Amino acid sequence: MKQTLAQKLIARSTGAPAIIGEVVTANVDLAMIHDSGGPRRVEPLLQEWGVGLWDTSKVVLISDHFVPGDTGEGARILTLTRQWAREKSVTFHDGKGICHVVLPEQGHLTPGMFVVGGDSHSPTGGAFGCYMFGVGATEMAGVLATGEIWVKVPGTILIEWTGRLNPGVVAKDMMLQVCGEIGMDGGQYQAIEYAGEAVRALSMQERMTMSNMAAELGGQVGLIAPDETTAAFLANAGAPEADWSDLHTDEDADLLAHHRFDASTLPPQVAAPHSPANAMPATEASSDVDVAYIGACTGAKYEDLAAAAAILKGQKIAPGVSIAVAPSSAQDQQRATNEGIMKIFEDAGARILPNACGICAGYGTDRLGADVTCISSTARNFKGRMGDPTSQVWLASPYTVAASAIAGRITDPREFL
Amino acid sequence: MPRIFLFGDNIDTDQMAPGQHMKGGIEALAAHCLEGVRSEFSSTVKRGDIVVGGKNFGVGSSREQAAEALKHLGVSCVIATSFAGIFYRNALNLGLPAMVASTLDGIEDGAEASVDQRAGTLITNGRTIALEPIPENIAPMLAAGGLAPFLRQRFQGAA
Repeated sequence: MKQTLAQKLIARSTGAPAIIGEVVTANVDLAMIHDSGGPRRVEPLLQEWGVGLWDTSKVVLISDHFVPGDTGEGARILTLTRQWAREKSVTFHDGKGICHVVLPEQGHLTPGMFVVGGDSHSPTGGAFGCYMFGVGATEMAGVLATGEIWVKVPGTILIEWTGRLNPGVVAKDMMLQVCGEIGMDGGQYQAIEYAGEAVRALSMQERMTMSNMAAELGGQVGLIAPDETTAAFLANAGAPEADWSDLHTDEDADLLAHHRFDASTLPPQVAAPHSPANAMPATEASSDVDVAYIGACTGAKYEDLAAAAAILKGQKIAPGVSIAVAPSSAQDQQRATNEGIMKIFEDAGARILPNACGICAGYGTDRLGADVTCISSTARNFKGRMGDPTSQVWLASPYTVAASAIAGRITDPREFL
Repeated sequence: MPRIFLFGDNIDTDQMAPGQHMKGGIEALAAHCLEGVRSEFSSTVKRGDIVVGGKNFGVGSSREQAAEALKHLGVSCVIATSFAGIFYRNALNLGLPAMVASTLDGIEDGAEASVDQRAGTLITNGRTIALEPIPENIAPMLAAGGLAPFLRQRFQGAA
Protein backbone atom coordinates (compact mmCIF):
# COMPACT_ATOMS: atom_id res chain seq x y z
CA MET A 1 0.00 0.00 0.00
CA LYS A 2 1.17 3.49 -0.83
CA GLN A 3 1.49 5.47 2.38
CA THR A 4 1.62 9.14 3.27
CA LEU A 5 4.34 10.46 5.56
CA ALA A 6 1.68 11.04 8.23
CA GLN A 7 0.59 7.40 8.04
CA LYS A 8 4.18 6.18 8.28
CA LEU A 9 4.85 8.32 11.34
CA ILE A 10 1.71 7.18 13.14
CA ALA A 11 2.42 3.55 12.26
CA ARG A 12 5.84 3.91 13.90
CA SER A 13 4.20 5.14 17.10
CA THR A 14 1.61 2.36 17.29
CA GLY A 15 3.51 -0.53 15.75
CA ALA A 16 0.60 -1.23 13.41
CA PRO A 17 -0.40 -0.04 9.93
CA ALA A 18 -2.16 3.34 10.05
CA ILE A 19 -5.44 3.39 8.17
CA ILE A 20 -6.83 6.83 7.36
CA GLY A 21 -9.88 7.67 9.46
CA GLU A 22 -9.20 5.12 12.19
CA VAL A 23 -8.76 6.22 15.78
CA VAL A 24 -5.55 4.80 17.26
CA THR A 25 -3.60 5.12 20.48
CA ALA A 26 -0.10 6.41 19.84
CA ASN A 27 2.93 5.97 22.08
CA VAL A 28 4.48 9.36 22.70
CA ASP A 29 8.25 9.68 22.23
CA LEU A 30 8.50 13.16 23.73
CA ALA A 31 6.25 15.66 25.49
CA MET A 32 7.09 19.37 25.46
CA ILE A 33 5.47 21.75 27.91
CA HIS A 34 5.88 25.45 28.72
CA ASP A 35 5.30 27.66 31.72
CA SER A 36 1.72 28.63 30.85
CA GLY A 37 0.12 25.27 30.08
CA GLY A 38 2.75 23.25 31.94
CA PRO A 39 3.42 22.66 35.64
CA ARG A 40 0.84 25.08 37.01
CA ARG A 41 -1.92 23.33 35.04
CA VAL A 42 -0.78 19.68 34.88
CA GLU A 43 0.54 19.12 38.40
CA PRO A 44 -2.85 19.52 40.15
CA LEU A 45 -4.26 16.85 37.80
CA LEU A 46 -1.35 14.45 38.34
CA GLN A 47 -1.88 14.87 42.09
CA GLU A 48 -5.61 14.31 41.74
CA TRP A 49 -4.88 11.06 39.90
CA GLY A 50 -2.14 10.11 42.33
CA VAL A 51 0.42 9.45 39.60
CA GLY A 52 3.82 10.76 38.52
CA LEU A 53 5.35 11.27 35.08
CA TRP A 54 5.32 8.23 32.83
CA ASP A 55 8.95 8.82 31.85
CA THR A 56 10.92 11.84 33.09
CA SER A 57 13.48 11.36 30.29
CA LYS A 58 10.77 12.05 27.72
CA VAL A 59 9.56 15.38 29.09
CA VAL A 60 11.08 18.73 28.13
CA LEU A 61 10.00 21.91 29.92
CA ILE A 62 10.73 25.33 28.42
CA SER A 63 9.85 28.71 29.94
CA ASP A 64 8.73 31.31 27.42
CA HIS A 65 5.22 32.70 27.95
CA PHE A 66 5.73 34.53 31.26
CA VAL A 67 9.44 35.29 30.79
CA PRO A 68 10.76 37.68 32.11
CA GLY A 69 8.12 37.45 34.84
CA ASP A 70 7.45 41.14 34.87
CA THR A 71 4.32 41.04 37.00
CA GLY A 72 3.72 39.52 40.41
CA GLU A 73 1.60 36.70 39.06
CA GLY A 74 3.90 35.96 36.11
CA ALA A 75 6.89 35.81 38.44
CA ARG A 76 4.98 33.44 40.74
CA ILE A 77 4.19 31.13 37.82
CA LEU A 78 7.87 31.07 36.80
CA THR A 79 8.93 30.21 40.34
CA LEU A 80 6.44 27.36 40.43
CA THR A 81 7.70 26.18 37.02
CA ARG A 82 11.33 26.13 38.22
CA GLN A 83 10.48 24.27 41.41
CA TRP A 84 8.55 21.64 39.46
CA ALA A 85 11.47 21.11 37.06
CA ARG A 86 13.78 20.46 40.02
CA GLU A 87 11.35 18.14 41.80
CA LYS A 88 10.62 16.08 38.69
CA SER A 89 14.18 16.09 37.31
CA VAL A 90 13.00 16.83 33.78
CA THR A 91 15.09 18.64 31.17
CA PHE A 92 14.38 22.35 31.63
CA HIS A 93 15.41 25.19 29.33
CA ASP A 94 14.80 28.36 31.32
CA GLY A 95 14.90 31.73 29.61
CA LYS A 96 16.65 30.27 26.55
CA GLY A 97 13.90 31.18 24.13
CA ILE A 98 10.60 30.13 22.62
CA CYS A 99 9.81 26.44 23.02
CA HIS A 100 9.31 25.68 19.31
CA VAL A 101 12.73 27.10 18.48
CA VAL A 102 14.61 25.80 21.53
CA LEU A 103 13.35 22.20 21.22
CA PRO A 104 15.09 21.39 17.90
CA GLU A 105 17.98 23.79 18.57
CA GLN A 106 18.85 21.77 21.70
CA GLY A 107 18.77 18.49 19.77
CA HIS A 108 15.55 17.02 21.24
CA LEU A 109 13.94 16.16 17.90
CA THR A 110 14.87 13.47 15.41
CA PRO A 111 12.93 12.39 12.33
CA GLY A 112 10.32 9.73 12.95
CA MET A 113 9.41 10.78 16.49
CA PHE A 114 5.83 11.14 17.74
CA VAL A 115 5.76 14.32 19.83
CA VAL A 116 3.06 16.18 21.72
CA GLY A 117 3.47 19.83 22.67
CA GLY A 118 1.45 21.93 25.07
CA ASP A 119 1.13 24.77 22.58
CA SER A 120 -0.78 25.30 19.35
CA HIS A 121 2.33 26.07 17.31
CA SER A 122 3.72 22.60 18.04
CA PRO A 123 3.37 21.56 14.37
CA THR A 124 6.79 23.26 14.06
CA GLY A 125 8.30 19.85 14.85
CA GLY A 126 6.91 18.59 11.53
CA ALA A 127 9.75 20.43 9.80
CA PHE A 128 12.04 17.73 11.23
CA GLY A 129 9.88 14.82 10.10
CA CYS A 130 8.25 14.41 13.50
CA TYR A 131 4.52 13.85 13.96
CA MET A 132 4.13 16.75 16.38
CA PHE A 133 0.97 18.57 17.39
CA GLY A 134 -0.42 20.78 20.13
CA VAL A 135 -2.82 19.88 22.92
CA GLY A 136 -4.35 21.62 25.92
CA ALA A 137 -3.16 21.15 29.48
CA THR A 138 -5.64 18.47 30.61
CA GLU A 139 -4.81 16.32 27.62
CA MET A 140 -1.10 16.96 28.24
CA ALA A 141 -1.54 15.82 31.84
CA GLY A 142 -3.01 12.61 30.43
CA VAL A 143 0.04 12.19 28.19
CA LEU A 144 2.42 12.87 31.09
CA ALA A 145 0.63 10.24 33.16
CA THR A 146 0.26 7.54 30.52
CA GLY A 147 2.66 8.24 27.65
CA GLU A 148 -0.26 7.74 25.29
CA ILE A 149 -2.66 9.83 23.25
CA TRP A 150 -5.42 9.07 20.78
CA VAL A 151 -5.23 10.35 17.25
CA LYS A 152 -7.46 9.90 14.23
CA VAL A 153 -5.19 8.92 11.34
CA PRO A 154 -5.49 11.99 9.10
CA GLY A 155 -5.70 12.40 5.39
CA THR A 156 -2.93 14.47 3.83
CA ILE A 157 -3.32 17.88 2.24
CA LEU A 158 -0.25 18.34 0.06
CA ILE A 159 0.91 21.91 -0.44
CA GLU A 160 3.40 21.90 -3.28
CA TRP A 161 5.58 24.90 -4.05
CA THR A 162 7.28 24.81 -7.43
CA GLY A 163 9.96 27.25 -8.60
CA ARG A 164 12.30 29.30 -6.42
CA LEU A 165 11.68 32.32 -4.22
CA ASN A 166 12.98 35.68 -5.34
CA PRO A 167 15.28 37.78 -3.10
CA GLY A 168 13.31 39.48 -0.32
CA VAL A 169 10.61 36.80 -0.33
CA VAL A 170 10.61 34.18 2.44
CA ALA A 171 8.68 31.37 4.09
CA LYS A 172 6.37 33.82 5.92
CA ASP A 173 5.25 35.19 2.55
CA MET A 174 4.60 31.64 1.32
CA MET A 175 2.50 30.86 4.38
CA LEU A 176 0.46 34.07 4.27
CA GLN A 177 -0.30 33.30 0.63
CA VAL A 178 -1.44 29.78 1.54
CA CYS A 179 -3.56 31.11 4.45
CA GLY A 180 -5.20 33.54 2.06
CA GLU A 181 -5.89 30.81 -0.49
CA ILE A 182 -7.13 27.93 1.65
CA GLY A 183 -8.21 29.80 4.79
CA MET A 184 -7.73 29.22 8.49
CA ASP A 185 -9.85 26.08 8.37
CA GLY A 186 -8.43 24.75 5.10
CA GLY A 187 -6.36 22.21 7.03
CA GLN A 188 -9.50 20.52 8.44
CA TYR A 189 -7.40 19.20 11.36
CA GLN A 190 -5.77 16.80 8.88
CA ALA A 191 -2.08 16.41 8.05
CA ILE A 192 -0.58 19.20 5.98
CA GLU A 193 2.57 18.31 4.07
CA TYR A 194 4.76 20.84 2.32
CA ALA A 195 6.76 19.74 -0.70
CA GLY A 196 8.24 20.90 -3.97
CA GLU A 197 11.40 22.56 -5.21
CA ALA A 198 10.92 25.78 -3.23
CA VAL A 199 10.41 23.90 0.05
CA ARG A 200 13.44 21.65 -0.54
CA ALA A 201 15.51 24.79 -1.11
CA LEU A 202 14.52 26.29 2.27
CA SER A 203 16.79 26.24 5.30
CA MET A 204 15.56 24.50 8.45
CA GLN A 205 14.61 27.76 10.15
CA GLU A 206 12.49 28.70 7.14
CA ARG A 207 10.93 25.23 7.07
CA MET A 208 10.09 25.67 10.75
CA THR A 209 8.10 28.78 9.85
CA MET A 210 6.15 26.75 7.26
CA SER A 211 5.39 23.89 9.67
CA ASN A 212 4.61 26.25 12.57
CA MET A 213 1.93 28.00 10.58
CA ALA A 214 0.12 24.75 9.81
CA ALA A 215 -1.63 25.93 12.99
CA GLU A 216 -2.92 28.96 11.07
CA LEU A 217 -4.29 26.59 8.42
CA GLY A 218 -6.09 24.47 10.99
CA GLY A 219 -3.98 21.39 10.27
CA GLN A 220 -3.09 18.96 13.05
CA VAL A 221 0.50 18.71 11.80
CA GLY A 222 2.66 20.45 9.19
CA LEU A 223 5.08 17.87 7.84
CA ILE A 224 8.12 18.16 5.63
CA ALA A 225 9.99 15.02 4.56
CA PRO A 226 13.49 14.99 6.09
CA ASP A 227 16.49 15.32 3.77
CA GLU A 228 20.17 16.27 3.91
CA THR A 229 19.28 19.79 5.08
CA THR A 230 17.43 18.28 8.04
CA ALA A 231 20.24 15.87 8.84
CA ALA A 232 22.86 18.63 8.75
CA PHE A 233 20.86 20.86 11.12
CA LEU A 234 20.25 18.04 13.57
CA ALA A 235 23.87 16.88 13.54
CA ASN A 236 24.87 20.44 14.38
CA ALA A 237 22.29 20.51 17.19
CA GLY A 238 23.70 17.30 18.65
CA ALA A 239 20.58 15.23 18.01
CA PRO A 240 20.96 11.44 17.82
CA GLU A 241 21.22 10.04 14.30
CA ALA A 242 18.04 8.63 12.82
CA ASP A 243 17.17 6.62 9.74
CA TRP A 244 14.86 8.82 7.71
CA SER A 245 15.21 7.06 4.37
CA ASP A 246 11.56 5.90 4.35
CA LEU A 247 10.10 9.09 5.83
CA HIS A 248 8.36 10.56 2.80
CA THR A 249 4.96 10.28 1.16
CA ASP A 250 5.03 7.51 -1.42
CA GLU A 251 4.39 8.48 -4.99
CA ASP A 252 0.72 7.96 -5.85
CA ALA A 253 -0.32 7.76 -2.19
CA ASP A 254 -3.93 8.89 -1.73
CA LEU A 255 -4.18 12.57 -0.90
CA LEU A 256 -7.11 14.49 0.53
CA ALA A 257 -6.14 17.52 -1.53
CA HIS A 258 -3.20 18.79 -3.55
CA HIS A 259 -2.66 22.56 -3.72
CA ARG A 260 -0.04 23.97 -6.07
CA PHE A 261 1.74 27.31 -5.68
CA ASP A 262 4.50 28.98 -7.68
CA ALA A 263 7.31 30.48 -5.60
CA SER A 264 8.90 32.26 -8.55
CA THR A 265 5.97 34.68 -8.97
CA LEU A 266 5.25 35.25 -5.25
CA PRO A 267 5.58 38.87 -4.12
CA PRO A 268 6.02 39.83 -0.42
CA GLN A 269 2.71 39.38 1.40
CA VAL A 270 0.97 41.04 4.32
CA ALA A 271 -2.14 39.94 6.21
CA ALA A 272 -4.54 42.68 7.23
CA PRO A 273 -6.17 42.79 10.68
CA HIS A 274 -7.56 40.53 12.20
CA SER A 275 -6.76 37.26 10.41
CA PRO A 276 -3.73 35.61 8.79
CA ALA A 277 -6.13 34.69 5.98
CA ASN A 278 -6.47 38.39 5.02
CA ALA A 279 -3.38 38.05 2.83
CA MET A 280 -2.49 40.38 -0.03
CA PRO A 281 0.67 41.58 -1.77
CA ALA A 282 2.45 44.25 0.31
CA THR A 283 2.15 46.65 -2.63
CA GLU A 284 -1.65 46.49 -2.37
CA ALA A 285 -1.76 47.34 1.34
CA SER A 286 -2.11 50.94 2.40
CA SER A 287 -1.56 51.72 6.05
CA ASP A 288 0.74 53.82 8.20
CA VAL A 289 2.47 51.94 11.02
CA ASP A 290 3.25 52.99 14.60
CA VAL A 291 5.05 49.89 15.83
CA ALA A 292 7.27 47.40 13.99
CA TYR A 293 7.70 44.10 15.83
CA ILE A 294 10.29 41.45 15.01
CA GLY A 295 9.41 38.57 17.31
CA ALA A 296 7.92 35.13 17.91
CA CYS A 297 8.71 31.58 16.83
CA THR A 298 7.94 32.37 13.19
CA GLY A 299 9.54 35.78 13.01
CA ALA A 300 12.71 36.28 15.04
CA LYS A 301 14.95 33.28 14.53
CA TYR A 302 18.52 33.97 13.44
CA GLU A 303 17.62 34.11 9.75
CA ASP A 304 14.64 36.39 10.45
CA LEU A 305 16.93 38.74 12.38
CA ALA A 306 19.47 38.68 9.55
CA ALA A 307 16.75 39.48 7.00
CA ALA A 308 15.42 42.46 8.97
CA ALA A 309 18.93 43.74 9.60
CA ALA A 310 19.81 43.55 5.91
CA ILE A 311 17.04 46.09 5.28
CA LEU A 312 17.71 48.27 8.32
CA LYS A 313 21.47 48.57 7.86
CA GLY A 314 22.42 52.20 7.34
CA GLN A 315 18.78 53.33 7.34
CA LYS A 316 16.75 55.45 9.74
CA ILE A 317 13.39 54.46 11.20
CA ALA A 318 10.57 56.84 10.22
CA PRO A 319 9.79 59.51 12.82
CA GLY A 320 7.14 58.34 15.26
CA VAL A 321 7.67 54.65 14.56
CA SER A 322 9.00 52.44 17.32
CA ILE A 323 10.66 49.10 16.72
CA ALA A 324 10.97 46.17 19.10
CA VAL A 325 12.95 42.96 18.59
CA ALA A 326 12.52 39.79 20.66
CA PRO A 327 15.02 37.23 19.30
CA SER A 328 13.43 33.74 19.37
CA SER A 329 16.27 32.14 21.27
CA ALA A 330 19.35 33.12 23.24
CA GLN A 331 21.47 31.04 20.87
CA ASP A 332 20.13 32.86 17.82
CA GLN A 333 20.61 36.22 19.56
CA GLN A 334 24.23 35.30 20.39
CA ARG A 335 24.93 34.42 16.77
CA ALA A 336 23.26 37.67 15.66
CA THR A 337 25.38 39.58 18.15
CA ASN A 338 28.57 37.93 16.91
CA GLU A 339 27.73 38.89 13.34
CA GLY A 340 26.89 42.52 14.11
CA ILE A 341 23.18 42.06 13.50
CA MET A 342 22.06 43.11 16.99
CA LYS A 343 24.18 46.26 16.62
CA ILE A 344 22.17 47.19 13.54
CA PHE A 345 18.95 46.91 15.59
CA GLU A 346 20.46 48.98 18.39
CA ASP A 347 21.61 51.64 15.93
CA ALA A 348 18.07 51.73 14.55
CA GLY A 349 16.81 52.51 18.06
CA ALA A 350 15.15 49.13 18.57
CA ARG A 351 14.01 48.03 21.98
CA ILE A 352 15.46 44.54 22.56
CA LEU A 353 13.05 42.29 24.46
CA PRO A 354 13.81 38.97 26.22
CA ASN A 355 14.07 35.66 24.34
CA ALA A 356 10.41 34.79 24.89
CA CYS A 357 6.93 34.99 23.41
CA GLY A 358 6.78 38.72 24.17
CA ILE A 359 4.12 40.86 22.53
CA CYS A 360 2.91 37.98 20.32
CA ALA A 361 1.28 36.16 23.22
CA GLY A 362 0.19 39.39 24.93
CA TYR A 363 0.69 37.82 28.37
CA GLY A 364 3.01 40.39 29.89
CA THR A 365 3.21 44.15 30.25
CA ASP A 366 4.54 44.54 26.69
CA ARG A 367 1.29 44.99 24.80
CA LEU A 368 -0.01 47.24 22.05
CA GLY A 369 -1.93 50.32 23.14
CA ALA A 370 -5.29 51.60 21.94
CA ASP A 371 -5.53 52.40 18.20
CA VAL A 372 -1.90 51.45 17.59
CA THR A 373 -1.11 50.02 14.16
CA CYS A 374 1.59 47.36 14.27
CA ILE A 375 3.36 45.45 11.53
CA SER A 376 4.58 42.22 12.98
CA SER A 377 6.66 39.22 11.91
CA THR A 378 4.50 36.96 14.11
CA ALA A 379 1.98 34.33 12.98
CA ARG A 380 -1.35 35.45 14.39
CA ASN A 381 -3.19 38.79 14.37
CA PHE A 382 -6.48 38.08 16.10
CA LYS A 383 -8.33 41.10 17.45
CA GLY A 384 -6.86 42.09 20.80
CA ARG A 385 -4.34 39.24 20.95
CA MET A 386 -1.28 41.50 21.15
CA GLY A 387 -2.91 44.30 23.11
CA ASP A 388 -5.88 46.61 23.12
CA PRO A 389 -8.87 45.40 21.04
CA THR A 390 -8.61 48.60 19.00
CA SER A 391 -5.00 47.87 17.99
CA GLN A 392 -4.50 46.83 14.37
CA VAL A 393 -1.93 44.14 13.56
CA TRP A 394 -0.62 43.43 10.08
CA LEU A 395 1.43 40.27 9.61
CA ALA A 396 4.47 40.25 7.33
CA SER A 397 7.95 38.84 6.84
CA PRO A 398 10.89 40.32 8.78
CA TYR A 399 12.01 41.98 5.53
CA THR A 400 8.64 43.69 5.12
CA VAL A 401 8.43 44.68 8.80
CA ALA A 402 11.86 46.34 8.59
CA ALA A 403 11.08 48.12 5.31
CA SER A 404 7.77 49.37 6.70
CA ALA A 405 9.52 50.71 9.82
CA ILE A 406 11.81 52.77 7.60
CA ALA A 407 9.00 54.06 5.38
CA GLY A 408 6.49 54.55 8.20
CA ARG A 409 3.89 52.71 6.14
CA ILE A 410 3.50 49.22 4.76
CA THR A 411 6.15 48.82 2.11
CA ASP A 412 7.42 46.16 -0.28
CA PRO A 413 10.94 45.41 1.05
CA ARG A 414 12.37 44.91 -2.41
CA GLU A 415 12.63 48.70 -2.66
CA PHE A 416 15.42 48.46 -0.08
CA LEU A 417 17.32 45.42 -1.32
CA MET B 1 -35.19 26.98 29.40
CA PRO B 2 -31.65 27.48 28.06
CA ARG B 3 -31.08 30.29 25.60
CA ILE B 4 -28.83 30.56 22.57
CA PHE B 5 -25.88 32.93 22.34
CA LEU B 6 -25.16 33.12 18.63
CA PHE B 7 -21.70 34.10 17.33
CA GLY B 8 -20.12 34.28 13.87
CA ASP B 9 -17.30 32.41 12.15
CA ASN B 10 -13.73 32.04 13.44
CA ILE B 11 -14.37 32.86 17.10
CA ASP B 12 -10.81 32.49 18.40
CA THR B 13 -9.41 31.26 21.70
CA ASP B 14 -7.95 34.67 22.50
CA GLN B 15 -11.50 36.09 22.57
CA MET B 16 -12.61 33.41 25.03
CA ALA B 17 -9.45 33.53 27.15
CA PRO B 18 -7.65 36.87 26.58
CA GLY B 19 -3.86 36.63 27.01
CA GLN B 20 -3.77 39.57 29.39
CA HIS B 21 -5.87 37.62 31.91
CA MET B 22 -4.20 34.23 31.47
CA LYS B 23 -2.07 34.57 34.57
CA GLY B 24 -5.06 34.65 36.92
CA GLY B 25 -7.51 31.97 37.94
CA ILE B 26 -10.50 30.83 35.90
CA GLU B 27 -12.96 33.03 37.79
CA ALA B 28 -11.12 36.23 36.87
CA LEU B 29 -10.45 35.03 33.33
CA ALA B 30 -14.05 33.97 32.66
CA ALA B 31 -15.25 37.49 33.53
CA HIS B 32 -13.51 38.62 30.31
CA CYS B 33 -14.67 35.70 28.16
CA LEU B 34 -15.72 36.93 24.69
CA GLU B 35 -15.80 40.56 25.86
CA GLY B 36 -14.07 41.71 22.68
CA VAL B 37 -16.94 40.46 20.51
CA ARG B 38 -19.83 40.77 22.97
CA SER B 39 -19.11 42.83 26.05
CA GLU B 40 -22.12 41.67 28.08
CA PHE B 41 -21.57 37.94 27.49
CA SER B 42 -20.10 36.90 30.83
CA SER B 43 -22.62 38.93 32.82
CA THR B 44 -25.72 37.71 30.96
CA VAL B 45 -25.02 34.05 30.16
CA LYS B 46 -26.85 31.70 32.51
CA ARG B 47 -26.32 28.12 33.62
CA GLY B 48 -27.42 25.75 30.87
CA ASP B 49 -27.22 28.28 28.03
CA ILE B 50 -25.92 27.19 24.65
CA VAL B 51 -23.17 28.90 22.65
CA VAL B 52 -23.53 28.59 18.89
CA GLY B 53 -20.85 29.63 16.43
CA GLY B 54 -20.23 29.38 12.70
CA LYS B 55 -17.23 27.72 11.13
CA ASN B 56 -13.83 27.12 12.75
CA PHE B 57 -14.99 27.85 16.30
CA GLY B 58 -12.07 27.96 18.74
CA VAL B 59 -9.35 28.69 16.18
CA GLY B 60 -5.96 29.66 17.59
CA SER B 61 -4.23 28.78 20.81
CA SER B 62 -4.08 25.47 22.68
CA ARG B 63 -5.08 27.24 25.92
CA GLU B 64 -7.88 25.11 27.29
CA GLN B 65 -9.05 28.04 29.42
CA ALA B 66 -11.04 29.04 26.30
CA ALA B 67 -13.35 26.06 26.82
CA GLU B 68 -12.93 26.15 30.59
CA ALA B 69 -14.19 29.76 30.75
CA LEU B 70 -17.36 28.83 28.85
CA LYS B 71 -17.93 25.90 31.17
CA HIS B 72 -17.24 28.01 34.23
CA LEU B 73 -19.89 30.49 33.10
CA GLY B 74 -22.41 27.65 32.94
CA VAL B 75 -22.50 27.03 29.18
CA SER B 76 -23.92 23.51 28.75
CA CYS B 77 -22.97 22.88 25.14
CA VAL B 78 -21.09 24.52 22.26
CA ILE B 79 -22.45 24.04 18.77
CA ALA B 80 -20.76 25.15 15.56
CA THR B 81 -20.70 24.25 11.89
CA SER B 82 -17.05 23.31 12.42
CA PHE B 83 -14.48 23.44 15.23
CA ALA B 84 -10.75 24.06 15.31
CA GLY B 85 -9.13 20.75 16.24
CA ILE B 86 -7.40 21.61 19.50
CA PHE B 87 -10.40 23.52 20.90
CA TYR B 88 -12.64 20.57 20.07
CA ARG B 89 -10.40 18.15 21.95
CA ASN B 90 -10.03 20.57 24.87
CA ALA B 91 -13.78 21.13 25.24
CA LEU B 92 -14.52 17.41 25.36
CA ASN B 93 -11.55 16.75 27.66
CA LEU B 94 -13.02 19.31 30.06
CA GLY B 95 -16.46 17.73 29.88
CA LEU B 96 -18.00 20.47 27.74
CA PRO B 97 -19.95 18.91 24.86
CA ALA B 98 -18.93 20.33 21.47
CA MET B 99 -21.22 19.32 18.64
CA VAL B 100 -21.18 19.99 14.92
CA ALA B 101 -24.39 21.31 13.35
CA SER B 102 -25.20 20.74 9.70
CA THR B 103 -26.72 24.22 9.44
CA LEU B 104 -27.37 27.33 11.50
CA ASP B 105 -30.55 28.12 9.55
CA GLY B 106 -33.37 28.88 11.97
CA ILE B 107 -31.04 29.44 14.93
CA GLU B 108 -31.72 32.83 16.52
CA ASP B 109 -29.73 34.66 19.12
CA GLY B 110 -31.62 34.72 22.42
CA ALA B 111 -34.08 32.00 21.40
CA GLU B 112 -34.91 29.19 23.78
CA ALA B 113 -33.42 25.84 22.83
CA SER B 114 -32.74 22.34 24.00
CA VAL B 115 -30.04 19.89 23.01
CA ASP B 116 -30.37 16.12 23.06
CA GLN B 117 -26.80 14.84 22.95
CA ARG B 118 -27.72 11.23 22.39
CA ALA B 119 -30.26 11.87 19.68
CA GLY B 120 -27.99 14.51 18.16
CA THR B 121 -30.57 17.25 17.93
CA LEU B 122 -30.98 20.92 18.72
CA ILE B 123 -34.60 21.98 19.04
CA THR B 124 -35.35 25.68 18.78
CA ASN B 125 -38.16 27.83 17.36
CA GLY B 126 -40.11 24.66 16.58
CA ARG B 127 -37.29 23.36 14.38
CA THR B 128 -35.11 20.34 14.86
CA ILE B 129 -31.53 20.74 13.68
CA ALA B 130 -29.33 17.67 13.30
CA LEU B 131 -26.08 17.51 15.25
CA GLU B 132 -23.29 15.03 14.55
CA PRO B 133 -23.04 12.59 17.42
CA ILE B 134 -20.04 12.66 19.78
CA PRO B 135 -17.44 10.24 18.31
CA GLU B 136 -17.53 6.74 19.78
CA ASN B 137 -14.00 6.83 21.11
CA ILE B 138 -14.70 10.03 23.08
CA ALA B 139 -18.20 9.32 24.37
CA PRO B 140 -17.18 7.32 27.48
CA MET B 141 -14.75 10.06 28.52
CA LEU B 142 -17.37 12.78 28.06
CA ALA B 143 -19.92 10.68 29.94
CA ALA B 144 -17.47 10.47 32.86
CA GLY B 145 -17.37 14.28 32.91
CA GLY B 146 -14.14 14.74 30.98
CA LEU B 147 -10.59 13.40 30.89
CA ALA B 148 -9.73 14.23 34.52
CA PRO B 149 -12.54 12.19 36.13
CA PHE B 150 -12.13 9.52 33.42
CA LEU B 151 -8.44 9.04 34.22
CA ARG B 152 -9.10 9.28 37.96
CA GLN B 153 -11.39 6.26 37.58
CA ARG B 154 -8.74 4.46 35.55
CA PHE B 155 -5.88 5.10 37.97
CA GLN B 156 -7.82 4.73 41.18
CA GLY B 157 -9.84 1.82 39.86
CA ALA B 158 -6.59 0.02 39.10
CA ALA B 159 -5.10 0.80 42.50
